[in-house]
Formats: sequence, structure tokens, C-alpha cells
Amino acid sequence: MSTTTITTESATDSTTAARTRGLRKSFGDREVLAGVDLDVPAGKVVALVGRSGSGKSTILRALAGLSDDHTGEVRTAGDPSVAFQEPRLFPWRTVRQNVADGLVRAGADAATRDAAALGLLREVGLEHRADAWPLTLSGGEAQRVAIARALVSDPQLVLLDEPFGALDALTRLSMQDVLLDLFARHGFGVLLVTHDVHEAVALADEVLVLEDGAIAHRLEIDLPRPHDRTAPEFARYASTLLAHLGVRH
Amino acid sequence: MVSTLGPTATADVLAPRAGGVAAAHPPVPRAARLRPGARRWHVPWRLVSPVVLLVLWQVGSATGVIPPDVLPSPGAIVAAGWQLVESGELQEALLVSTRRVLLGLVVGGGIGLALGVAVGFSKIADALLDPPLQMLRALPHLGLIPLFILWFGIGEQPKILLVGLGVAFPLYLTTSSGIRQVDPKLLEAARVLGFSFSRTLRTVILPSAAPQILVGLRQSFAIAWLSLIVAEQINSDAGLGFVINNAREFFRTDTVIFGLVVYALLGLLTDWLVRVLERRALRYRESA
Repeated sequence: MSTTTITTESATDSTTAARTRGLRKSFGDREVLAGVDLDVPAGKVVALVGRSGSGKSTILRALAGLSDDHTGEVRTAGDPSVAFQEPRLFPWRTVRQNVADGLVRAGADAATRDAAALGLLREVGLEHRADAWPLTLSGGEAQRVAIARALVSDPQLVLLDEPFGALDALTRLSMQDVLLDLFARHGFGVLLVTHDVHEAVALADEVLVLEDGAIAHRLEIDLPRPHDRTAPEFARYASTLLAHLGVRH
Repeated sequence: MVSTLGPTATADVLAPRAGGVAAAHPPVPRAARLRPGARRWHVPWRLVSPVVLLVLWQVGSATGVIPPDVLPSPGAIVAAGWQLVESGELQEALLVSTRRVLLGLVVGGGIGLALGVAVGFSKIADALLDPPLQMLRALPHLGLIPLFILWFGIGEQPKILLVGLGVAFPLYLTTSSGIRQVDPKLLEAARVLGFSFSRTLRTVILPSAAPQILVGLRQSFAIAWLSLIVAEQINSDAGLGFVINNAREFFRTDTVIFGLVVYALLGLLTDWLVRVLERRALRYRESA
């Protein structure tokens, strides 16, 4: 361990949802993160793209408080909510109970949690499945429940770790629309880890490209919301990102 | 199945409107075949042989082929049982025996569950507790009776403790292995949700280990009755074992056999109770 301080605490000002400075992490001899400086402005969606193994998820885990042997500065505004690639719902708890679990940390009482859970299920279009068991849901439905659980506490920072990676292409697109809708309504600060550049351009205000353990490129997506997937600029942003990732087409 | 499915599947591929073809091969009603609770009229074949055996037994007894001091007739056994019910002896004995089993189960089961949680959870607890527990487990617990009499005398205590000792190990083993198998991804989810340890234990760990813990509970009940039967053979002045031993002294074979049947029924009853509990606790899987 180096002498660099590890700080996981509230961001200093209200305009930043998350910040890292000089974030480093090694697995054995291999340095995965070699000093990452990253900012998620409050209310903005930042996408983090990179080839697999580039350390995208490692950054997210550090911000989520799931890593304890990194060095450098890590600050978040309040406790972040997390949605993983798999829904990770508790199968023995109903859909409604699973979403209500998202409010446990906030210390809300059971009735408040339940009402808020139903409200968010309505927003993701799953109110009618509130009393279902998670094992009866489709992959897309389960992931919507997981996202509802992450958003129910109205967090300042949401961490999404390839949340649609396991879904088919069509479900993926409709899930992106669900997210866009929620972002527009609630204004969360979001860090979205993805390897899909089209997803990044569709959802994010800013895209960061991670390469050799550091942010190699930043790309502001200057499009009116919601980002029109058929606009020529959309395709241009996507191909710029692909070029940064070393993919030619 | 394969021969009927084959042509149907092919027809489906070739002609989108395969309704006619499908009708020619009506699908096998899977629900009726696979679901155990499905109502269907059929001969209860599994009842045939027990009934035939009972009839042969009664006929053998009536004709004197089976000597009554070896095996009394089914009718005589039922009559002996009725006598015990009328005098109130059976009810009293059941109360005493059931109390022993339940107390033993609470004491031993509680200890087994707590040790299982600790060992399943912590590597340190595993390293410290598992070796002595495995050593104790190697002792045949029914063989400890002489020691228990020396330690605890001949009252209720040694009987309850013997049941408890027998019950603790299956629950310890299944609980610790059930907890070790909790999906670490779910534990991580609990962590990012900010769950306290006790909430994680209640809402993630125990439900996750429940299938195995319930298997342990079923084994525990079986061992509990077995331990009780053995414990009640020695110096009992109450309980089902006392009734049986008493009957032996008076050469009442019919009462002895009736007592054994009651033991068996009690075992079946508790097994059924655990299965009901199992179905309720694991109902989230049924619809999947």
C-alpha cells in the first residue's frame, strides 16, 4: 500500500456527483488503473467505455465502495446506488419487496418504502408485476426491477455496470428508452459503464474512453435530448468512439 | 415422445399454419403427467399390497397359523391401542414424549443452527469450531447413554440432551454448507444496499440457505425420534417408551406393537410438517 490517502466521502461541492483523482489499483503485478481522474457532474450522464479488461468496472466498484485496496482520491455525493450486469434480485422476495430494499439505507419505514417501490415500479411499467416472484420475470423485466431498486432512493449518483449487457438487442433499446425517461425526470448523476458505443452516445452527455488504465479520450455529446439515433451526428460520435477504441470499420 | 414430436416439428417449419398437423398429434397433457397433485381417476396400485398383507395377517392370526404371543392379530393390536386411549394413558405418554422431542429439538437445533451460521460465515470460526465438532460427530451419540446417566442422572435432562445432541449435527452440517453456498453476488447487492448484518442474515443468507437447512431439519426430526426411543428404554416412568416397556413386563405383545406403530406415525407426522414448511418457504421457486 502506498501512502496516498483513500477517501470515500461526500464530494466537496453540490455540482459534482462523483470524482476520482489519481485512482490506482493493481491485481498482483498488473496495474489495472494507473491514475484515473474522472468527474461526474451532478445531474449528468457520463459513460465509460473501453475494451474488456480495461478496468471500467474496477472504477465503478471503487466508487460503489466495493473495493478497499485502491489508492487515490474517490469521492461521491452521498451513497451511490448500483445496478449490476445481472439483476441480482433476491428470488425469495417479491418484486415490490426487492424495490423497497433500495430504501433501507435511507432509513425509511416499511410503509413509505412500499409506497415508493410501487411508484417506481409504475414508472418502469411493472406495477402489474409488483407481487410476482423474480424468477417469473423475463430478463428485461428483472433488469427493470433492479434499476427501479437502484433509483427508488432518488440518489445523487447512480452507478450502472453494463446494465443491459445480458439482454437481447431489442430489449436493450427499449431499456435505454426507459432509462432516458427516468434520467430526464429525476436528474441523477450517472456513471454508465458499457462496451457498447451506441448505448454510450444514446444515453450520455459525456463519454470517457479508458485505455491502459487511464482516461485517454473525452467526448462531449452535443445533441438535443433525447439523442436521435438516426441523426448523422449520432453516427459520427459513434464512429469517433470506435476509432478511439481501435476498431476500424 | 420423440417419434410424435419429430414430424410435428418438421411440419411446423415447412408450413406456418400447422394447426391441422398439430391436431393430428394432440400434445400429451404434460400437466397431468408431471404434476403430482393432478387429479386423475386410476387404480391406487400402491395401496394394493399393504391391504393384501393386512388381510393375510388377520386371516393367519384367526386360523392360528401366526401364534398370538409372537404377532397378535391387527384387530387385537387396535383393541390394545383403544384400551390405552380410553384409559388416557396414550395421551399422557404422547404429551411427555412429544415434550422431550420438542425441547431437545429446540436446544440441539438452536445450537446446531447457531454453530452452522458461525462456521458457514467466518473462516476463523470454521477453523476453530469445525475440528472439535467433527470429532464429537464421530462419537455414536446413542452410545453416550451410560455417560449421560452418570452426568445427569435418570430424569428428563439426559433424555432431552440426548435428543438435542443427535439433532444438533445434521442442522449444523446443512446450515454451514448452505451458508457457504450463498451467492456472493447477492451478498454484494446487500452490501451496496446498505443492509446491516442482521438484515443481511434475515433477508439474504437464511432464505438462501433455507433449502439445505430444511433438509437438515427433516433429518433432525428422524434422529430426534430415534434418540427418544432409545432414551426412553432406560429408567422411564412416563412417556411412550415407558408404556412399551411396561407392556413388555406383562407380555402384552399387542400393546408393544401398538406403541411402535405410534412411534412410526409420529415420525411420519413430523416429516409431513417439515414438508409443508418446505413448500411454503420455497414457494417462490414453484412458478418459475
